[in-house]
Amino acid sequence: MSLSSSDIERIASLARLDLSAGESERMLTQINGFFGLVERMRAVDTAGIEPLAHPVAAVQDVTLRLAEDRVTEPDNREANQKSAPAVEAGLFLVPKVIE
Amino acid sequence: MSESVNTFEAQQQGRPTGPLVQGYEVIIGFETHAQLSTASKIFSRASTAFGAEPNTQACAVDLALPGTLPVMNKGAVERAIKLGLALGSTIAPRSVFARKNYFYPDLPKGYQISQYEIPVVQGGTVSFYLGEEFKTVRLVRAHLEEDAGKSLHENFVGQSGIDLNRAGTPLLEIVTEPDMRSTAEAVAYAKELHKIVTWIGICDGNMQEGSFRCDANVSVRRPGQPLGTRREIKNLNSFRFMQQAIDYEIRWQIEQLEDGHAIEQATVLFDPDTGETRAMRTKEDAADYRYFPDPDLPPLAISADWIERVRGAMPELPRAMAERYQQAHGLSAYDATQLTQSVALARYFDEAVAAGAAPKLASNWITGEIARRLNAQEIGIEAAPVGAAPLARLIARIADGTVSNNAARQVFDALWNGEGQDVDAVIEAKGLKQMNDTGALEKIVDEVLAKNQKNIDEYRAGKDKAFNALVGQVMKASAGKANPAQVNALLKSRLG
Amino acid sequence: MTSGDIQKTQLHQLGVAQLAKALAGRQVSAVEAAQHFLARVKSHPELGAFVALDEEATLAQARAADAQIAAGTAGALAGVPIAHKDIFVTTDFPTTAGSRILAGYQSPFDATVVRKLAEAGVVTLGKLSCDEFAMGSANENVAVPAVGHDQAVPVRNPWDAERIPGGSSGGSAAAVAARLAPAATGTDTGGSIRQPASFCGITGIKPTYGRASRYGMVAFASSLDQAGPMARSAEDCALLLSAMCGPDPDRDSTSLDRPAEDYSRALNDSLDGLRIGVPKEFLGDGVAPGVRAAVESALAEYEKLGARRVVVSLPRTELSIPVYYILAAAEASSNLSRFDGVKFGHRARQYTDLADMYRKTREEGFGDEVKRRIMIGTYVLSHGYYDAYYLQAQKVRRMIADDFQDAFKDCDLIAGPAAPTVAWKIGEHGDDPVADYLADIFTLPGSLAGLPGMSLPAGFDGNMPVGLQLIGNYFGEAKLLNAAHRFQQATDWHTRTPEGF
Repeated sequence: MSLSSSDIERIASLARLDLSAGESERMLTQINGFFGLVERMRAVDTAGIEPLAHPVAAVQDVTLRLAEDRVTEPDNREANQKSAPAVEAGLFLVPKVIE
Repeated sequence: MSESVNTFEAQQQGRPTGPLVQGYEVIIGFETHAQLSTASKIFSRASTAFGAEPNTQACAVDLALPGTLPVMNKGAVERAIKLGLALGSTIAPRSVFARKNYFYPDLPKGYQISQYEIPVVQGGTVSFYLGEEFKTVRLVRAHLEEDAGKSLHENFVGQSGIDLNRAGTPLLEIVTEPDMRSTAEAVAYAKELHKIVTWIGICDGNMQEGSFRCDANVSVRRPGQPLGTRREIKNLNSFRFMQQAIDYEIRWQIEQLEDGHAIEQATVLFDPDTGETRAMRTKEDAADYRYFPDPDLPPLAISADWIERVRGAMPELPRAMAERYQQAHGLSAYDATQLTQSVALARYFDEAVAAGAAPKLASNWITGEIARRLNAQEIGIEAAPVGAAPLARLIARIADGTVSNNAARQVFDALWNGEGQDVDAVIEAKGLKQMNDTGALEKIVDEVLAKNQKNIDEYRAGKDKAFNALVGQVMKASAGKANPAQVNALLKSRLG
Repeated sequence: MTSGDIQKTQLHQLGVAQLAKALAGRQVSAVEAAQHFLARVKSHPELGAFVALDEEATLAQARAADAQIAAGTAGALAGVPIAHKDIFVTTDFPTTAGSRILAGYQSPFDATVVRKLAEAGVVTLGKLSCDEFAMGSANENVAVPAVGHDQAVPVRNPWDAERIPGGSSGGSAAAVAARLAPAATGTDTGGSIRQPASFCGITGIKPTYGRASRYGMVAFASSLDQAGPMARSAEDCALLLSAMCGPDPDRDSTSLDRPAEDYSRALNDSLDGLRIGVPKEFLGDGVAPGVRAAVESALAEYEKLGARRVVVSLPRTELSIPVYYILAAAEASSNLSRFDGVKFGHRARQYTDLADMYRKTREEGFGDEVKRRIMIGTYVLSHGYYDAYYLQAQKVRRMIADDFQDAFKDCDLIAGPAAPTVAWKIGEHGDDPVADYLADIFTLPGSLAGLPGMSLPAGFDGNMPVGLQLIGNYFGEAKLLNAAHRFQQATDWHTRTPEGF
């Protein structure tokens, strides 16, 4: 499986990364180098095998814990916005969102 | 089910089951986002209360601060179970949360936690009357997901302000098959679904506050042809807008096709000011959400025990209650449906009947006089100034002849306008007691007859109008207190 | 060391257990201990181990610890200074996760693990350098300046300043090995505690996945990340691990419901009859001869202690490399989407519109390795590739976990090298990320299975330390620590100090 530069372009766009031309080229080579490792994995016969997400599910049932519906988080706006790049009147400012 | 109302089969056979528009069949499917009425968010314990100052109800988890993780709200799951039970759906014993990845400022994590391959609720139906026709819309699924924040554009030049208070509010996304065949049917579906989610208490239904938002998928086709390309109208948050938007969209699509243009798939927004739908700026890569099961959330397990406990605590559903009213009280399907618009309304009716009111009369008053006033004043039955017991008393006073229908309306007016709740006192105070004393009435009748020979002669000559004039005279002479039925009977017996 | 024997100038030679005792016995105050270690940190900037210090904050914590000790309300580790890997968010210190995109970030909350250690009385010395977003095996992928430096520098191995300390918890390992702190927290996703522990000659343990809360750990790969202690003995690790582990039901849905344990309880148990499985895939040709020799002699030592060596097989060992890198990259690509310049962290200064702001912010903020993994992860999740890559990797993951269960039928612990070689030279792997990936071959399988694993010093290859990796079955941390402790009672590799420290 080999990626092409248009693949790199498409993925960079999906990931919101502004790669320079040189970077894209390097990325292409390095990622294709990585995918060389991957072929053997793709060839493994996994028929009938269930995917494993939470690793401990290999030996016991792991299901979602449910919390009581109670408000326990107070207003912590000031601390939460301490590291915000741009804030006004409590709102996070961003370049205009056009719908 | 009769052919004309079995939308699915008719659809399969290419036959329309709704009114054609300019010869085209209309196909509509809905996706509804209902905000769940939990106190805290779906994955955090910040408050979901509406109207707070910006970002005062957005905790670290809601803001996607580094290191934060989601923890599931039991109340949201319980509400999903309630919906599934109300709609006759299958509730998945195991369902999975998935990440829907895309970038947008109101989506703090850069992904929305939703459900993809295995939703919590599968299948189900919503049934309702469209005029005389009984319609059933099939659901594909309903799944739990989190709401996004809000972008505010006013007050900022070239910028938008992001408020993440709403981010993380639990939603149920309810998806139908494309079973609807007209705007009217679509709006009726939305109203019925709205009624159900508020009835079972999982959503406050406040559309102005965004608690219930619908996306309509609309396409048109010539009968028998394959399905047309659909466009999606997003975020319709009033029934009126739904109707306007879908009507416009249908006409627009037909016009396009008639002009020889193909319909391109698009997401559109409705502009209430212009009454038109227009396509949104296309988001690049909008289609590749890279769904995968969220590794921060193990699968949601719902036991049969839990489902049974929820089932046991569910109220009687509106459709079942309506049917019961039809059976037990002989009400029409329409009236029964009207009375079961809300739990409060049905309760009011039940109380009136329990207090002795004849069900049909109570129904008439509630769906007529009371409904009119509630709509005009934009209040709910809970705020009605006249309680169920006084209504029942008033109805009884009509039945036993104490007041005429006319007089009763005056009494009701007085009660509604705050002149007390004691029906008899009001009747007394306004002197509206019907004259039931036959003796006194006979005297008035005789006096009137004595003074109205001309009318008598005309009546005897065959002019019915003359009779009504006599009735009118008697009513006038009795200052409206005479019982019209008795007046009729007396005059007829006098005149032969 | 008997009471009264504490030489305050040599506090840095004490381990956690010893320090805790000295502090509790009021032989030294928390403030004195903090000042001593802070001075040591500042006198060794060349290692590049620390990225954040705040003496006032540290001393304030120390004073509070002293007050608690005086009042008799102190926790078991009161006053012990430790440093946190900069992957853990802290309120008292900035958190960067080694990335420019979080430069200056102040978290409004503490990571659960940080909070639990603080509740036990620990005093935070500062934040430790790590590979950016924990992505790396050498601590060369650093994008924030270290304390005492103007720019980002790779962390140096105290045993040889030209060599890497390992990664991604390289700062933690270097600090502990150089005695700049008696212990440090680390995180392990694919070996990031075990491998640097091996390369720096210290002891580190990664518990069973889900045993320690991930709340407050800047997320890399959600189904793999785990916190763990790094110190100079199994005894110290046991003390710290006991404080760090336990359920976190209100904050982390992947943390398990198992109650906290006292991992020190079985430290001195006999190893008689202990079956140590050595996978044949772990001692093949790829292992450097010096590493193999050290591991073999460690295993011989275990046999002297009563253990029995068994040959086992983990046939899919090599497959763990692509499986791990696909799953970790996929999860990371999604976890890192929140870094968009909107709510916190770096935002590009120049941009034309919103879309441009996103792209430039992330391009400027992320280093090369991070971008590479985001790209790989985005690709394997994208339309048309999910089944062939992501889903397939998860299935092979289960097969690997099942392979371990098969092996554990014949043994109690699995042993082998933590890495095929000792620490390599800074810059040696050049621009080839795959070389780094291949070096993780022995730690990745245990990570994928979510098993507890540790590394303890087992000898040297030339001048550089060699670590013995031990892998236990699920929830087998106590047994692992017991095996390590008994080895450390019989040997002294773990007491060796790099020259100059």
